[in-house]
Amino acid sequence: MTKPNYDALNVGDMLPSFTTEPVSRLTLALYATGSGDHHPLHLDQDYVRANGIGDVFAHGMLGMAYLGRLLTQWVPQEAIRSFGVRFTAITQIGERLVCTAKVVEKLEQDGEKCVRLELTCANEQGEAKHKGDAVVAVG
Amino acid sequence: MLIDKKHIGMKVPPHSVTLTAWQLKWFAKATGETNPIYFDEEAARKAGLPGVLAPPTFFFCMDMDKEHPFDYLETMGCDLMKMLHGEQSFVYHKPVYSGDTLDFDGEITDIYDKRNGALQFVVKDVKVRRQGELVCDVHSVMVIRA
Repeated sequence: MTKPNYDALNVGDMLPSFTTEPVSRLTLALYATGSGDHHPLHLDQDYVRANGIGDVFAHGMLGMAYLGRLLTQWVPQEAIRSFGVRFTAITQIGERLVCTAKVVEKLEQDGEKCVRLELTCANEQGEAKHKGDAVVAVG
Repeated sequence: MLIDKKHIGMKVPPHSVTLTAWQLKWFAKATGETNPIYFDEEAARKAGLPGVLAPPTFFFCMDMDKEHPFDYLETMGCDLMKMLHGEQSFVYHKPVYSGDTLDFDGEITDIYDKRNGALQFVVKDVKVRRQGELVCDVHSVMVIRA
């Protein structure tokens, strides 16, 4: 994988986006194994009902991991300088997540050509689950 | 009750984690990853990597990989049932791979509240090192609801 060319990139450019499969209970069980986060809020319907919550919901970091995939499908991972999100809504079972990124700034950071990306992970109705940004080195 | 700001500067008990290809394989499966350098040791080696590559958010998982991942909030008297993940960010210095042993050194760097204490924010910054070399800065903001 080669880095995108700085001169060919413009503010407003969109990265190739993707939409995930619907988040299922199996997704959350797999994520619990992979992440080590076995909190019952994500896995145990009896537990969440006993605590007055309708159903289990996704780990916030699952959506951030999807945004990470969006980045590493565009650049080699070692080009990512920083990556952050705010968690703005809970992802429910059955929702597909639409991951998008837009170039919002071209900059030089520590003598290196970079772009700042605005990241969004939202459901298909456009409700943002996570908003964030990343700085990525380009060629 | 507001969290006492005396906890700003508190060190989080340090811990170390050795990355396993096994866990990275399940993480890749859960997140729909299809690039084999993230789950197949042989493919990673063929790509010239020393092991399976840990994806960008995996530093959070490793930071949480301890008996009581929110020990610092318990020390402050927070009710973990009222905790939400507010923000998460990373600054990357070096990639890490299965087989690496990483040391996590964290500190509480801020405590603040909004809406007259209805939401309280606890900020933790962690330095992740491999054999003394800084590989990642992990910045986490946890929210405690009243």
